[in-house]
Amino acid sequence: MSLLKYESQQREPLVDGNKNYHQVTEDIISPIEMKPSRLWYIGFYISVGLLLFGAYSVYREVTYGIGQWNLNKTIGWGWDITNFVWWVGIGHAGTLISAILLLFRQGWRTGVNRAAEAMTIFAVMCAGQFPIWHMGRVWMAFFVLPYPNSRGPLWVNFNSPLLWDVFAISTYFTVSLLFWYSGLLPDLATVRDRAKTKLRKMLYGVASFGWTGSTKHWQRHESLSLVLAGLSTPLVLSVHTIVSFDFATSVVPGWHTTIFPPYFVAGAIFSGFAMVQTLLIVVRKVMGLQDYITLGHIEAMNKVIVLTGSIVGCAYLTELFIAWYGQNPYEWYAFSQNRANIFSPYGWSYWLMMFCNVVSPQLFWSRKLRRNITVTFFMSIVVNIGMWYERFVIIVTSIYRDFLPSSWSTYYSPSIWEIGFYLGTFGLFFTCFFLFAKYFPVIAVAEIKSILKTSGENYKVKMTDIEKADAEKFYVEEVEHAH
Amino acid sequence: MAGGIKKFVVGSFDDEAVLFPAVKSVRKQGYKIHDVYTPFPVHGLDHAMGLRETSLHSAGFIYAITGTTTALSFMSWVFTKDWPLNIGGKPHFALPAWIPITFELTVLFSAVGMVLTFCYLCQLSPFVKKHHFHPRATDDLFVMAIECTDKTNDAEVQSFLEKAGAKEINVQHAETGWWIGRYDREQKLYKEVKDINQ
Repeated sequence: MSLLKYESQQREPLVDGNKNYHQVTEDIISPIEMKPSRLWYIGFYISVGLLLFGAYSVYREVTYGIGQWNLNKTIGWGWDITNFVWWVGIGHAGTLISAILLLFRQGWRTGVNRAAEAMTIFAVMCAGQFPIWHMGRVWMAFFVLPYPNSRGPLWVNFNSPLLWDVFAISTYFTVSLLFWYSGLLPDLATVRDRAKTKLRKMLYGVASFGWTGSTKHWQRHESLSLVLAGLSTPLVLSVHTIVSFDFATSVVPGWHTTIFPPYFVAGAIFSGFAMVQTLLIVVRKVMGLQDYITLGHIEAMNKVIVLTGSIVGCAYLTELFIAWYGQNPYEWYAFSQNRANIFSPYGWSYWLMMFCNVVSPQLFWSRKLRRNITVTFFMSIVVNIGMWYERFVIIVTSIYRDFLPSSWSTYYSPSIWEIGFYLGTFGLFFTCFFLFAKYFPVIAVAEIKSILKTSGENYKVKMTDIEKADAEKFYVEEVEHAH
Repeated sequence: MAGGIKKFVVGSFDDEAVLFPAVKSVRKQGYKIHDVYTPFPVHGLDHAMGLRETSLHSAGFIYAITGTTTALSFMSWVFTKDWPLNIGGKPHFALPAWIPITFELTVLFSAVGMVLTFCYLCQLSPFVKKHHFHPRATDDLFVMAIECTDKTNDAEVQSFLEKAGAKEINVQHAETGWWIGRYDREQKLYKEVKDINQ
């Protein structure tokens, strides 16, 4: 969507190198027409291995019951719900990039939106596993749906945040999938029209729904993307808000706070961007897409990380202050003893979270570090560890000491099958991502073409001379004329 | 669905900056542009071609309010008429607690409805096949198809397009609708006339 006819020379190019439209197609589509590299096979098989281990862990849990996990009397939610919230959070960056940045007319989203949206879909698929298998008797999972049944009909409780979650996550998954796939149609058509083999022609022909590139279709496509972006923006905010309601509407000290919705949303975007960085730094290197996912893209995402990381840090401190200021002894105990006291059983996890999420992203105030690939990659891992611990701290440190000291639990650590389940979702996520990178254009080809003439390096260079020669004249002729 | 076989003069441009004036002059000349196929959304081309604004977003709004009313009326019926549950002594008609689900269904109905409408209007579906005037229309060419009537002089249109800056020009007989087909199989419902000098 070339929304701006003219882009300032102050902005660095979004597409490097001397490109034309055909070159863009060639660069992005040719990797999926070649045989995958040895590295791809290694990564893919490791992911499938993890997925199988996860499947076996789930099999144990289903056949022998939830007792296979080390959940105990007060800790009914442990790694499973921690992982659920973590994965949902990761998904949020994809929607932020594809929807919110579209509404804000951010040109740099075009380089990263496709992969980020794919990441969203896979992350939400992983997230969904946890509450489903945590049900124990998973064959009853359909009980969460409001359908006319022979039990009364007895309906689900529409007033419960856990049911809101069912609606929120399933809507989020559906809308993200539609948004992603409708954006993919034109690019799949490009792959189809270049295809040499019969199989490719057939499969991409089916997948591209007979897209022709007609102007009327593009007009409707633009309208569809814009409205879907407008719908996804409040949707993504609502999803993590509702996830935070799972905690905030309870009366458990440490959960019962009104700051949760914005704090969860900021945290979700924070961890999501970290995951986008982890994936894209590898993708751009392995697939040779450095011209499209430039240092400028990485820097822009690091700016979002330092912003959301600071919001999260601010929320942590506010929470701590309010716990003290609110003068509720239970609330204050949860914060001062269960969390901030480093000598308490889980004190280490609170300070680890503080370090990873609040202290470490501050490195990104430095432009040099923001543009350093190694630092960014390392930080993206640190942030995701930190965000996992945030959910762990919220869940475990709030419930391991009940109101009744006699029911304080023994130290909770996960069983091998709980860990296996988590590793299994990594397997699922990366298996999907490897397949995506192999069979789909990882960058939105059509969208890159639409910004090429305003933000491509070679076009910007041409503009510089015209602009320098006569700035005044340039403005009148080029800019005014364009409008 | 067969739209009928028609004859077209097809001109391919390699630059949208050339395409825009060409579209204008072709329309001015009174030729009928069947369609222009582009590899990406060219901003303003729809206006240049004189296409009307799409009302897809209005359809989206109608789907959205359908979702809102479905959610609200269903939850109200369940909790006040069909099976009123006493939840902590709170009112049966618990409107604030229904906001999240109402919102989610609004978005869900709107998104699903719009995508289906989009696919219906553009006749997009798996196994649907259409005539493609140029395989590079999804790569780097902007392909303009001008419909010929009995009165149209092909040669005149061709030379006109050439003057307007088209890089490749040919005449094609093409099915305008869609049919069930696969892209790995040659299955044409028309004959093509490739050479400009024929």
